[in-house]
Amino acid sequence: MELYELTIHELHDRLKRKEVSSVEATRALLARIEATDPKVNAFITVTADEALTAAQEADKRIAAGEMDVLTGIPVALKDIFLTRGVRTTCGSKILAGFVPPYDATSWERLRERGAVLVGKLNQDEFAMGSSCESSAFGSTKNPWDLACIPGGSSGGSAAAIAARQATATLGTDTGGSIRQPASHCGCVGLKPTYGRVSRYGVIAYASSLDQVGPVTRDVRDAAIMLGAVAGHDPKDSTSVDRPVPDYTRSLVPDVKGLKVGLPREYHIPGLDPDVKQAMDAAIATYRQLGAEFVDISLPHTDYAVATYYLIATAEASSNLARYDGVRFGHRSAEAGGLVDMYNKSRAEGFGAEVKRRIMLGTYALSSGYYDAYYLKAQKVRTLIMHDFLKAFETVDVILTPVAPTPPFRIGEKVNDPLQMYLSDIFTIPVNLAGTCAVSVPTGLSQSGLPIGLQLIGRPFGEESIIKAAYAFEQATEWHKKKADI
Amino acid sequence: MNYQAVIGLEVHVQLLTNSKIFCGCSTKFGAAPNSQTCPVCLGLPGALPVLNKKVVEYAIRAGLATNHTIAPRSVFARKNYFYPDLPKGYQISQYELPICINGHLDIEVEGEAKRIGITRIHMEEDAGKLVHADVPGVGDDSCVDLNRACTPLLEVVSEPDLRSADEAVAYLKKLHQIVVYLGICDGNMEEGSFRCDANVSVMPVGSATFGTRAEIKNVNSFRFVKQAIEYEIERQIELIEEGGKVVQETRLFDPNSGTTRSMRGKEEAHDYRYFPDPDLVPLVISDDWVEDVRLSLPELPAARLARYQAELGLPFYDAEVLTASRELADYFEACLNRYPQAKPVANWVMGEVTRGLNDSGLAITACPVSPELLAELLKLIDAGTISNKIAKTVFDEMWQSGKAPAAIVEEKGLVQVSDTGEIEKIIDEILAANQGQVEEFRGGKEKVFGFFVGQVMRASKGKANPAVVNDLLLKKLKG
Repeated sequence: MELYELTIHELHDRLKRKEVSSVEATRALLARIEATDPKVNAFITVTADEALTAAQEADKRIAAGEMDVLTGIPVALKDIFLTRGVRTTCGSKILAGFVPPYDATSWERLRERGAVLVGKLNQDEFAMGSSCESSAFGSTKNPWDLACIPGGSSGGSAAAIAARQATATLGTDTGGSIRQPASHCGCVGLKPTYGRVSRYGVIAYASSLDQVGPVTRDVRDAAIMLGAVAGHDPKDSTSVDRPVPDYTRSLVPDVKGLKVGLPREYHIPGLDPDVKQAMDAAIATYRQLGAEFVDISLPHTDYAVATYYLIATAEASSNLARYDGVRFGHRSAEAGGLVDMYNKSRAEGFGAEVKRRIMLGTYALSSGYYDAYYLKAQKVRTLIMHDFLKAFETVDVILTPVAPTPPFRIGEKVNDPLQMYLSDIFTIPVNLAGTCAVSVPTGLSQSGLPIGLQLIGRPFGEESIIKAAYAFEQATEWHKKKADI
Repeated sequence: MNYQAVIGLEVHVQLLTNSKIFCGCSTKFGAAPNSQTCPVCLGLPGALPVLNKKVVEYAIRAGLATNHTIAPRSVFARKNYFYPDLPKGYQISQYELPICINGHLDIEVEGEAKRIGITRIHMEEDAGKLVHADVPGVGDDSCVDLNRACTPLLEVVSEPDLRSADEAVAYLKKLHQIVVYLGICDGNMEEGSFRCDANVSVMPVGSATFGTRAEIKNVNSFRFVKQAIEYEIERQIELIEEGGKVVQETRLFDPNSGTTRSMRGKEEAHDYRYFPDPDLVPLVISDDWVEDVRLSLPELPAARLARYQAELGLPFYDAEVLTASRELADYFEACLNRYPQAKPVANWVMGEVTRGLNDSGLAITACPVSPELLAELLKLIDAGTISNKIAKTVFDEMWQSGKAPAAIVEEKGLVQVSDTGEIEKIIDEILAANQGQVEEFRGGKEKVFGFFVGQVMRASKGKANPAVVNDLLLKKLKG
């Protein structure tokens, strides 16, 4: 097996046994990026020099016996995480030249453990999209089929794993942005409970929905990465002060008696037959493993997408006001006066999807419309949250598809935003409810594209979904399938 | 027609915390531009606000001191608008659920007491500052200084209960006194630590509906508040009398001309698109916390004033002067602790001490004569060691040198002479040298008595005990 194909725990074992150095592993991944990224375009910035310096440091730590499971592991971050001294664009032209003066807390935590940053990953602009097509730095391609989208918005985070360009990556998930690309690229993607991981230094899209999480080759790596970044951060008031369990202790392949809920509202007409078949197969596997299935109802599911697009865009319209050309980011060279500077800088700096969402959100918050849109959406959000809490009175986890279809073709939905928005129909309710979910590979479509299943847990129930995901992974071979690139 | 003015005030109180409301940066005034900033107050991508607990405590203090209910749950909201001094493109404030609700203050104008309702007090962050300057290498340009951005403010919103400029000023002074007393604001109006916008309208006397109001901004002294409101009332009345209509607008006060002018009309008014800030969790305040703050409140001016009259027996005037500032009242009480006679202490604090401060331009906190030493001085008078008159000389010396009064009296030989033999000797000499005046007195012109007293005091260099002098003189003259 090539060095670039290893999981965190496999590479860690080799580093620990001194069979390989972090510099060697980092070099292998950088070479892999160089060889494959012209086709995939998963990276916006590759930090080769910094990576090799950090790898040398990691090797010193390893030699000195100060080793953590992440020491010397080459990772990459969605370009939404602020990295001190390394350009951070959020996939937008407006931040094309932005070099942050500080690190995001989650990156800081990985860095302190000795992880090595190999680069910053492509994404939909400001995390607004489900296909990675709205990036100002060109679309990322799905390593399984370069004509297809890798999913989004953390498309680069998933594609880099599928193309074996990084050992593990971090993404963010506001409406499915970790799980959907993980599903489309055949990796594991975990969206933790809101408040589990600090948002400090993560460029905000929709503050009440955004959450940081890992994209990895297997469930064990997801547990390792989550444990490293989770936990209270005094710099983020919404991060919860609650002990972080050792998630690797949940890596027990045992689901006997596990009560799995199947929401009847998730049987939608648009569900692709390949996805349905993969789901049926997954259910059969879990049955064999001893899990019990319960039909449940999440009655407000129908309103989730509409609710999401009011709340997320309202928050985004305010969050993105700071990109005004005054202190950082793009400032139009054409501008005549103050208002002209605002208008031109933002008109030139933002892409079409970002503008669309800023307008939607501005409208939803406008006086006279606030009650009918934003406030109503908040009420529905509460109902959706209650749907889940009620369901979790009778079940341990909820099983659903991640996306209604396998990855679609680049350009296929780009002119039909509504269709695009519907690709997040199974993932959005989880963000609205603020709870956790994981995407695990569960099969391939007839055209050989990955399909993922989603396990939803109760708030702060990451251990139960990790356990259920691990049991499934151990019983199947899907996570071992590799994109041919 | 006769008109009645209706006025409501919105006051911004800058809090005296060491750090900003949502980050750890210093709030110190006058630092080099943008030197007191961080990712949070610069509004950098990814930065998040964390609430300063001290700000909440100060808001509770202000709320309790002005008779508010402290909301057990309040919420921060974003007020969205674009301006270069506003780094995030929104100001974090409170909107639907402020921290303090339903308060009031009692004021007195021309002897009449009146209760002024206060709708709410909420917490918010200040914006930065725009400086239009000649920038080296750039030329005439606009610069942004974000040192002030994220500085904590309270906004105190009164009910439209005020009916004249004088009432508005009385309310404002009272509020100013309270926040300074509470130690939560330095009260400096020139530097903008305490600033006021006024909503003014007029209506026919007896009307039940208010007229259309104008909001007047930039009134930063008590005098300007009076001037601006009086001008605005007059302007609106004239406008109506001439058949015009008052329009809802924001007007700017110009202190040079004493007038107001239109800044922006209703149609240009911002839609601030307020919504709860998702970066901050709702603020939950326990009853225990409120009670702790209540117990830590200093005695407020109104209570202190009442106590000075009732318990210390001071006249209203003295009590009012002494309690006008917390520091002055504290000085008075520190002295009173060592010399427990209220009226003499009050006289000295309001007299010599205040005069000295005025002449030197010093604040009471920087008074060169400590209240403890002032008490010692008063004790010396009591003991008959020095006369009241000599005491003033000693006080001046204390002011200059900072020495203890006893030391000064000793050093300069100012001890009062009460020895009758010594004084008699002086009196005899004076009487012998002024036979003419002695005759006049004995002839019934008793006014000359004062002349003799003056002569004796001068001859004794002011040290003779005046009571003894009086006694002996009278005896000798009436012989």
